[in-house]
Amino acid sequence: MSLDLPLTRNVRPDRSPTDFAAYEANGGYRGLRAAIGKLTPAECLQVIKDSNLRGRGGAGFPTGMKWSFVPMDDAAAGHKYLICNADEMEPGTFKDRLLLECDPHQLIEGMICAAYTIQADIAYIFIRAEYHRAEKLLREAIAVCYEKGYLGRDILGSGYRLDMQVHSSAGRYICGEETALISSLEGKRANPRAKPPFPQVSGLWGRPTIVNNVETLCNIHHIIERGADWFQALGLTEDAGTKLYGVSGRVKKPGCWELPIGTPIREIIERHAGGMEDGYQLRGFLPGGGSTDFLTPDHLDLAMDYGTIGKAGSRMGTGTMIILDDKTCPVGFVKNLMEFFARESCGFCTPCRDGLPWSAQVLDDIENGRGRPEDMHTLARQVEFIGAIGNTHCALAPGAMEPLQSAMKYFREDFERHISGGACHFCEGGAH
Amino acid sequence: MPVITIDGVSYEVESGRNLLETCLSLGLDLPYFCWHPAMGSIGACRQCALVQYQNAEDTRGRIVMACMTPVSDGALFSLAGDKARHFREAIVESLMLNHPHDCPVCAEGGECHLQDMTVMVGHRDRHYRGRKNTHRNQYLGPLINHEMNRCITCYRCTRYYRDYAGGTDLAAMAAHDHIYFGRHQEGVLQSEFAGNLVEVCPTGVFTDKTLVHDYTRKWDLQSAPSVCTGCGVGCNTMPGERYGRLKRVHNRFNAEVNGYFLCDRGRFGAAFVNSGSALEYPGLREADGRYRALDHHEALHRMAATCASGKCAAIGSPRASVEANFLLRELVAPENFAPGFSDAEQGLVSLALTLQLASRAGIPSIRSIESADAVLVLGEDVTNTAPRIALALRQSVRNKAYELAAGLRLEPWQDAAIRNLAQDQRSPMFIATVADTPLDDVAAKRFSLAPDDIAALGRAVAATISGKPLPSGVLPEHLHSEARMIAETLAGAQRPLVIAGTGCGSSAILQAAADVANALCDNARKAMICLCVPEANSLGQAMLCGTQAPDLAALQRRAEAGELDTLIVLENDLYRRGGQAQIDGLLAAFREVIVMDGLDNRTTSAATLALPAANFAESEGTLVSLEGRAQRYFPVFQPREERRPSWVWLLACMKEMELPECHSMHHFDDITRICAARIPALAGITAAAPDLHYLNLGVKIPRQPPRYSGRTAMRANISVHEPKQREDEETPLAFTMEGLNRSQPGALLPWVWAPGWNSNQSLHKFQTRAGGPLKGGTAGARLLPTGGGGNGNAATSQAQPARAESTAGTTTGQRWQLVPRPRIFGSDELSALSPALAELIVPGFIELCTADAASLGVKDGDGVDVGDGLATLEVRVNDSMVAGCAGYSAGFSGTGELAALAQVTLRRADAWQRAPELIGSDRGIGSGGGHV
Amino acid sequence: MSELIQALSAQEIAGIDAEIAHVPYRSAVAIEALKIVQAHRGWVSDESLRAIARHLHMSAEELDGVATFYNLIYRRPVGEQVILLCNSISCWIKGCDKIQKRIQEQLGIGLGETTSDKRYTLLPVTCLGACDKAPVLMVGEELHENVDTHSLSRLFDDGGGTSE
Ligand SMILES: Cc1cc2nc3c(=O)[nH]c(=O)nc-3n(C[C@H](O)[C@H](O)[C@H](O)COP(=O)(O)O)c2cc1C
Ligand code: SF4
Ligand code: FES
Repeated sequence: MSLDLPLTRNVRPDRSPTDFAAYEANGGYRGLRAAIGKLTPAECLQVIKDSNLRGRGGAGFPTGMKWSFVPMDDAAAGHKYLICNADEMEPGTFKDRLLLECDPHQLIEGMICAAYTIQADIAYIFIRAEYHRAEKLLREAIAVCYEKGYLGRDILGSGYRLDMQVHSSAGRYICGEETALISSLEGKRANPRAKPPFPQVSGLWGRPTIVNNVETLCNIHHIIERGADWFQALGLTEDAGTKLYGVSGRVKKPGCWELPIGTPIREIIERHAGGMEDGYQLRGFLPGGGSTDFLTPDHLDLAMDYGTIGKAGSRMGTGTMIILDDKTCPVGFVKNLMEFFARESCGFCTPCRDGLPWSAQVLDDIENGRGRPEDMHTLARQVEFIGAIGNTHCALAPGAMEPLQSAMKYFREDFERHISGGACHFCEGGAH
Repeated sequence: MPVITIDGVSYEVESGRNLLETCLSLGLDLPYFCWHPAMGSIGACRQCALVQYQNAEDTRGRIVMACMTPVSDGALFSLAGDKARHFREAIVESLMLNHPHDCPVCAEGGECHLQDMTVMVGHRDRHYRGRKNTHRNQYLGPLINHEMNRCITCYRCTRYYRDYAGGTDLAAMAAHDHIYFGRHQEGVLQSEFAGNLVEVCPTGVFTDKTLVHDYTRKWDLQSAPSVCTGCGVGCNTMPGERYGRLKRVHNRFNAEVNGYFLCDRGRFGAAFVNSGSALEYPGLREADGRYRALDHHEALHRMAATCASGKCAAIGSPRASVEANFLLRELVAPENFAPGFSDAEQGLVSLALTLQLASRAGIPSIRSIESADAVLVLGEDVTNTAPRIALALRQSVRNKAYELAAGLRLEPWQDAAIRNLAQDQRSPMFIATVADTPLDDVAAKRFSLAPDDIAALGRAVAATISGKPLPSGVLPEHLHSEARMIAETLAGAQRPLVIAGTGCGSSAILQAAADVANALCDNARKAMICLCVPEANSLGQAMLCGTQAPDLAALQRRAEAGELDTLIVLENDLYRRGGQAQIDGLLAAFREVIVMDGLDNRTTSAATLALPAANFAESEGTLVSLEGRAQRYFPVFQPREERRPSWVWLLACMKEMELPECHSMHHFDDITRICAARIPALAGITAAAPDLHYLNLGVKIPRQPPRYSGRTAMRANISVHEPKQREDEETPLAFTMEGLNRSQPGALLPWVWAPGWNSNQSLHKFQTRAGGPLKGGTAGARLLPTGGGGNGNAATSQAQPARAESTAGTTTGQRWQLVPRPRIFGSDELSALSPALAELIVPGFIELCTADAASLGVKDGDGVDVGDGLATLEVRVNDSMVAGCAGYSAGFSGTGELAALAQVTLRRADAWQRAPELIGSDRGIGSGGGHV
Repeated sequence: MSELIQALSAQEIAGIDAEIAHVPYRSAVAIEALKIVQAHRGWVSDESLRAIARHLHMSAEELDGVATFYNLIYRRPVGEQVILLCNSISCWIKGCDKIQKRIQEQLGIGLGETTSDKRYTLLPVTCLGACDKAPVLMVGEELHENVDTHSLSRLFDDGGGTSE
């Protein structure tokens, strides 16, 4: 029995985009027709809640619950916004690009249904600057939708009006953080905002706003069309639906696949990614992008879902794994990530702005043989004081500490050997 | 009231506050950086960490930022526990990574919040081995020094400068650990309130450049509570002195007046005190016209002998103390005493007083101005005439945001959240002026109108509020609907405020403003009215003199009639009060002219006997601010040489003359007391501050802080023996470091310092709660009915119509109406003498709209002759200027002959040379003291 | 500077105004406006920045604060083509350091540098979302996957020049 893979059914082997005709021919915009004018927003919301869909942007927050905080009464008169987070910049993450480049209409359909549910009248797609191809496809697709009456005033004669725009970013990883994204969309410096108030009540231009990941939104119309039970049944474990999983690093076939949520890690790495490249051993992996904790070969038989990975001490994050092999220096690995996070700090709060460069500097010293025994203490202290959510203004810095803290747990001897040996034992001459 | 527990101790606390202010209010030392009591919380620095526990079973707890945590009943916290302490130490260590170790040469050293917090968290050993980031500094003008390497990125500067004060030319640039706070390009900071950066910045990035050039550490400054003489607002200041020089002015907190902030005129405008051309000895003009220095006994004899003629008149001063004016008035008798305004201004100020006394509307404190939820400004460019009020108005327009926030149950201290929520939604403010004002950016609407039309608009608004028909014909047709809209907005507000003032020289506008306020009160609104007057004691002078006082012209007439032969002028350059011919004539009408002043000006030069008067920093006195608040200032240091406070000269003269009036006057306090008893309007002035006999736990209040150093060494070049400290026989303050500075009345706070809190952030130790009023009470005594005690019946008041107000002969031919365009720098007498501000004073100007300029054939930078030789000034084309009016740089030198509202001709001045630009005198390399 | 240089072209203004039509505040299009001008001129000079700020009714400071925040707004001149070299984790594992070294040899430029003939500027960039094809880089708008020394020589075969 072939798997039901709703998100990638229009993804072709050559990755050429699915245009409007092909999309509709393959059952596209049925969810839209099922929702708008047929279901009330409250009914749509209930379906999403019942489906147990969790956000695919990294945090895994239940989507229906998030939406339920949007004020729907008359007091909420005025603009409401839906924003698609297509900023995909998490190191090691390459799943939204696939959806954006191969099937732009799927995202738009999902967004229209989502916007309808929360009665947003304006939707934005916030896309990272480097996704030129996707941006172009989205703009074209949106134009078609206006022509077809799927966007604009009085969609399908229902009286519902929705406008949709693409905003191409100007760089900076922090823009992916939903409140920083909102600041950026307002034309400001992308500093995250303190919560509360949550964007659901005071977001873009002070109005109720929902931010969702591309993959999350791509699910919406499928769920509305086919029902919560169908969606629930897709998952192998207690989580619902399918998930785009990816593997990068020294595996034979790095790539990205839609699989039932809860697929065992071993199956993803060994079957779909083809196992390790010849001559390389698996030492560890970040299960869901650059800001998740390392797992080790001991964890291979875990199901890749939110709860299981969480219990193992990491996070499912974006579901795209980064493989650490036995010939790559774990200190260099973490140093690369730390330098990335330090560079991408927005600079608003102290632990992140100054603590990350400090951590990166210590890692650089260790990696290059200048480490001192007390550096391990310094790093541990950094992990402790930057690593907890709430210690910093947003989740960037705690995310940055996850690979470090777990590397210090699982690969401590590598750190110590760097320090005692005064050099990196993975390479001659100190480069990684 | 919620009860919270911190480290096992339960506290009953005020609800609606955040945990940081609560801790500080409880007297707990909790470090912080980005929070500021006037600006609320953003949670950027992460310094103010506590641990919060879910419940009694929770032993781990989680770090919370106190400034972002509301206090709620039953909440459990730990401040002293290891987890919180280690976190706070780690934060300071992070902040110090890139901070230079330049405290010994940093102007902030010794009063640095960063130093204090570093010591407080106990961070000592540096672990970071990397290189420090460095930045290039910018030239920001003559007032503010920039040293970016010291930045700890707390964002306070831009939050203050941009969010609070509305400045646009300072911003955070770049990202991550490269953030830079500066301008797009080097240049003078444009905000009129830039100087507050000095106090807002918790480290040495923004420091007072005038201090940097003439440096003294905070602990070596001798200070006294003082009041700004820059304008009528009466901001409370703390001038600091060393070696007989005024080194700087800091803000002195007054919850009802200036709060935490001064304007730059106030902060940098007091340097005239150090002026080399100040008078130091009495001088007697000899027959050859030259002055001979006298000792003060001789001077007194001369003065007394001259005054004995019995035909003595006097001109007081709205910039001198109530006491000096009162004594002088007693000396010459009220009917011979002119308050010292220009003739036009005398009518305006006394009208302003009459209207306020009669008003049913409340007279707001500056703080209450912030509470207004709808504002109408008629005629007055407050940023340039009463600057601190502009800062208050900027806060008032945020009431809309607070209203929205309340709907989401956001507390007012949630600064970033509220700004994000409200974006640019503001409470309405309408401004009608002759041209643009610096407040326009937050106004719902501004109208450029000629003075008469401004008054007409006001009257129309008043009529509409009262449901009366608009008086026909007076108000231009296109303003009818605007008047209705303004009326509806004001009438629909909870706390509407009307502002006007003497700044544009029109009594009709003052009257119209009062009409609007009274109409609102008739409609059961708690309206407020604020009428701005120009000088530090303008209102006090009007209260002292009443409405019947003679003006300058009257004195001259009587002198010419032979009724008067001697004139005493008190701290007043009369040439600023009238045209040259008028004042020459006035002075010539008297045989003897005795001038008491600290400054060498044209009036002092015309004296037959000149007496050196101590300035505000060398003497005590009471001033009555525009809100009717009597406030006392105290000598910061002893007067130089033969200078004496004017009241001392006058009292000594009266004693010499053996006048009975002065029998019971021995001390300054006696004058205050007798003045209060004699002048009903001033009855409250004794309450402005405690008298001489006040002791704080048995001792006087020290002007010198406990760390004051080098008392012997500082004069070792003169003598190695430390002289006895001079005793202050007039005030409860002492010229010593011995004594307490604690829990005394708010009017007697000479400096702020508390153990562990060397910076001005120690202020919270003197407040009832962090950000709240002083423990010792708010300084000053209100003399006007604050709740609106009047009957609204001032319409028939005996206000004299201002002299120049005739609009006869209007616009036939090429005639323009002169309208004052005061500037914060240059328009007032004293601050213009401050060398740093002098650099910022633009050349005198005439402002014209494009069409008017074109009709004259002039463009920006050309010269224009005003009237028949009244003045020649530079043209500034300003399209916001109402057609038919010519704005002039009121108060600037070269504008002495120009009278507000006069009709004049304008002609292109052919032989005009533009003045060179002066800004940036210290930009070059080798600027001496610049490298502290 | 003459007013001419400071002014925005009609095309640029039209592009910016089209964006303004979508937002409640002019300043909200700051980033779009910067990108539009950059698309025309390659980078955003001080003069351009001031002109944009004027058009958006912002101060130059406010706009500069925005412009300098984002790494893809160039406040200094760049070469005709910007090479965005991904140096995030997956590309690092797959040898982006070697690629960078190779570019240095080939074009004579390190990160942040421009070839002396002004053809190329090399900048590091955040994970390009193509980790399964690591290492990757972008030249202009074009993504190049699975880059190796071989494909690099083809990309820049005519050399670049030496760095400044
Ligand atoms: C530093 C940082 C970067 C993030 N980047 C992204 C991103 O690129 N794309 C994304 O969808 N979510 C990103 N997120 C998560 C978003 O903040 C937000 O949770 C998400 O867009 C919500 O969508 P979802 O509920 O559909 O998952 C990021 C979060 C942080 C803290
Ligand atoms: S943790 Fe702080 S500095 Fe880092 S990105 Fe978030 S808000 Fe900015
Ligand atoms: S004062 Fe609380 S985070 Fe800065």
